[in-house]
Amino acid sequence: MAQSAEHVLDHLELFRGPEYQQMLDKKKMFEDPREPAEVERIKEWTKTPEYREKNFAREALTINPAKACQPLGAVFASVGFEGTLPFVHGSQGCVAYYRSHLSRHFKEPCSCVSSSMTEDAAVFGGLNNMIDGLANSYNMYKPKMIAVSTTCMAEVIGDDLNAFIKTSKEKGSVPAEFDVPFAHTPAFVGSHVTGYDNALKGILEHFWDGKAGTVPKLERRPNQAINIIGGFDGYAVGNLREIRRILELMGIQHTILADNSEVFDTPTDGEFRMYDGGTTLEDAANAVHAKATISMQEWCTEKTLQFVAGHGQDVVSFNYPIGISATDDLLVALSRIGGKDIPEQLARERGRLVDAIADSSAHIHGKKFAVYGDPDLCYGVASFLLELGAEPTHVLSTNGNKAWQTKMAALLAGSPFGQSCQVYPGRDLWHLRSLLFTEPVDFLIGNTYGKYLERDTGTPLIRIGFPVFDRHHHHRSPVWGYQGGLNVLVKILDKIFDEIDKKTNLLGKTDYSFDIIR
Amino acid sequence: MSLATTQSIADIRARNKQLIEEVLKVYPEKTAKRRAKHLNVHQAGKSDCGVKSNIKSIPGVMTIRGCAYAGSKGVVWGPIKDMVHISHGPVGCGQYSWGSRRNYYVGTTGIDSFVTLQFTSDFQEKDIVFGGDKKLVKVLDEIQELFPLNNGITIQSECPIGLIGDDIEAVSRTKSKEYGGKTIVPVRCEGFRGVSQSLGHHIANDAVRDWIFDKLEPNGTPKFEPTPYDVAIIGDYNIGGDAWSSRILLEEMGLRVIAQWSGDGSLAELEATPKAKLNLLHCYRSMNYISRHMEEKFGIPWCEYNFFGPSKIAESLRKIAAYFDDKIKEGAERVIEKYQPLVNAVVAKYRPRLEGRTVMLYVGGLRPRHVIGAYEDLGMEVVGTGYEFGHNDDYQRTAQNYVKDSTLIYDDVNGYEFERFVEKLQPDLIGSGIKEKYVFQKMGVPFRQMHSWDYSGPYHGYDGFAIFARDMDMAVNSPVWKKTKAPWKETPRAKLLAAE
Repeated sequence: MAQSAEHVLDHLELFRGPEYQQMLDKKKMFEDPREPAEVERIKEWTKTPEYREKNFAREALTINPAKACQPLGAVFASVGFEGTLPFVHGSQGCVAYYRSHLSRHFKEPCSCVSSSMTEDAAVFGGLNNMIDGLANSYNMYKPKMIAVSTTCMAEVIGDDLNAFIKTSKEKGSVPAEFDVPFAHTPAFVGSHVTGYDNALKGILEHFWDGKAGTVPKLERRPNQAINIIGGFDGYAVGNLREIRRILELMGIQHTILADNSEVFDTPTDGEFRMYDGGTTLEDAANAVHAKATISMQEWCTEKTLQFVAGHGQDVVSFNYPIGISATDDLLVALSRIGGKDIPEQLARERGRLVDAIADSSAHIHGKKFAVYGDPDLCYGVASFLLELGAEPTHVLSTNGNKAWQTKMAALLAGSPFGQSCQVYPGRDLWHLRSLLFTEPVDFLIGNTYGKYLERDTGTPLIRIGFPVFDRHHHHRSPVWGYQGGLNVLVKILDKIFDEIDKKTNLLGKTDYSFDIIR
Repeated sequence: MSLATTQSIADIRARNKQLIEEVLKVYPEKTAKRRAKHLNVHQAGKSDCGVKSNIKSIPGVMTIRGCAYAGSKGVVWGPIKDMVHISHGPVGCGQYSWGSRRNYYVGTTGIDSFVTLQFTSDFQEKDIVFGGDKKLVKVLDEIQELFPLNNGITIQSECPIGLIGDDIEAVSRTKSKEYGGKTIVPVRCEGFRGVSQSLGHHIANDAVRDWIFDKLEPNGTPKFEPTPYDVAIIGDYNIGGDAWSSRILLEEMGLRVIAQWSGDGSLAELEATPKAKLNLLHCYRSMNYISRHMEEKFGIPWCEYNFFGPSKIAESLRKIAAYFDDKIKEGAERVIEKYQPLVNAVVAKYRPRLEGRTVMLYVGGLRPRHVIGAYEDLGMEVVGTGYEFGHNDDYQRTAQNYVKDSTLIYDDVNGYEFERFVEKLQPDLIGSGIKEKYVFQKMGVPFRQMHSWDYSGPYHGYDGFAIFARDMDMAVNSPVWKKTKAPWKETPRAKLLAAE
């Protein structure tokens, strides 16, 4: 018996001992397993160009996608408003999934309700679920706003949110003047970034365009403020705080829309804050008067920016700005639009990032990288890699489209380090597996699910993306701005050095290169 | 230390009753009436816990429940390792349930085992409009081509499938014939069916009956020589290796485990189960259906057991052994004796650190009752418990075998109720899920996830009990809980009590 009270063995060690190993060996006879040689043959076959060709010929099957569905993005955006309870109309299991998914990434609570539609609602529609649900949520959780979105069930049966919310108010579920913005967020269209876009647009439309016909539309009186939209972002906590710091340093009046940096980072001090921080409803309404709206993620905000531009504002979008040039472009745009100079402090931060890159670039230069994730994140990471002299080789985005592909291709074409890179929109991580076998790279950048690729192909994974379930707290540090660029640089360098050490630590064999200084 | 231990049973009962009354005040009248039926204070001697269960959740209250798809794909089918499980419909369901249940298995993932891969038909608008059957046909073909060593395929329906009128059964039959009788199982576990995960378990059980058992050749030759000691483990999902730390005990006592349902399980094991002499049922809730079916159809008796904590383990080993001859009965005694020194050492080390501490539970399946004995073995007391998706037969088992007089019972509890109950009862530990974990930790209450074992485990068996004890100790006695209040601020609990 290996177990003992003095040194308790859990799953990491317990099953390695002979007792369990013999037991598992014996279990095989009941499993009718494949011949080991056959397993080996197929395993090797999946590494070949022939398999890659079949894999890329897939038309219907998706395996290990790097995307989620719309309502997740809607919930993420909604909790970024003051006192706001996301309410997802449809089946209840979906909400359990969004809450779990976000909690596993942020290690934080995520409050969200469902209208719990079941078979009868599938037949008769979910109006009663909306009427009861809004009343219950309002009474129990005392929100300042309830932001409604939909699961695919409600979309398939065609529930009309506008009419349902109107009827619910007539029935007294919530007061007539209570804010209930809404967005249809079908899971079978786009991805979580689309849901973010739809939900945010729904909320702005609610405040700016007359609250579903119940009050006059706001008349825009342009002021000097700038609206900032972060987009769906696993680093929202660190990134939004960093952007606010930059704007405050520059002295630019601003509103961060859908600011969930507080609610996903509340303290442990004896009190559970179901709501915390967030864009105030007043600020959300007044955002119509801003002179411009800046999106940090173009493909998270296509409809929202179109809507904002329609109200007469300038709109500018970025693609997840990581690194020197991307931050330069952001600051220059902020300075131009905000009419403020870029303070010396930011110039010094820039200089420090350049300094750090100069110190370390020899270790990154020429290294090949595969990158996958949301379209904007891929763009931001790839552009930083080019700055570092690294060579992005495969850039893959399951929820990237043709326009994204074109823009990525232009970025890569503009750098000598991007010449050997291919861009893959609409592909998944099983495609990437084939790419890593047939055209290997030195490092992989992506979310937690990349660890399966690391295991299968031996490509070391640097975790940047969403979700990251198996490393803690990285979401608290920014990856945007010069400061964020420094954080990303360190993440990449740490992995590179760890790998060098791993490859040079055999005593008397390879450890002549096990250098104390690198 | 919690309040409960300093009060009499009558006081606790009165307090809990009053607490339920207070909590119900927040609801609109109609909702209060409905929720009142799900909350109660257990009275010793009653045959159940006096709550209604397995009823639709109320819209907008923040139920903690999931759906039928979660019950079928996430719980019952997903762990079968040599079959490919397609999340059929939009991308989200499969994505959110990808790898999160920790169903351990041994196999070459992506080649002959597929548990931690996310296969989805990733429905787009055109699939909703024109139907998804054609796409499903192609999905099946592509799986066959790219994963030739899969031993079978299941189709796990997401909400749209049942709403758009797809005929996944017809597709399954046709493709099965085309692939020479390959096992292809359509499962109608759309998320809107039923009221929770529970119906998904039932539907998944029925799918095993209809698409695996009913297709077995009645006089087919067994792949192994049967013995009088063949048993199957039913309803163990091998979370963190639970089924393994259970199996080892059963084999040590002389039984032969011919199948695991479904953690680290395979199609061959499902197919062989009708040859078992006894089915051992751990999670009654999720697999009683197929156990009853096997009893009726194949005459296999089934026996519920509980492998959490030494008291229940020993009781269960003896109960199981009673179905067999003296050799097995002696084997059970030998196993109990073998592990007694480990049990003694674990209890000696951890009981003094946990004695008298109170626990509140809110989990699914078997755990709201099954883990109570393990806590009691460590001197801890469960003061509140409830089921996410239990039925009345679960509450009967709970009342008759597990909970103490005046325990607070909450069925399908929601965020609001659970927080109020915890505020008032002030337990020393909460065991619940990921959605609850951070809420209560913010409140300064130690917490362990009791679905995923908080990424630890196994908790089953004697080996698991040592880990369970260690983990509960590290939660309750972590130094961090002494740091939640800044020294220049008042202590929150004193303030809370004074205000009441």
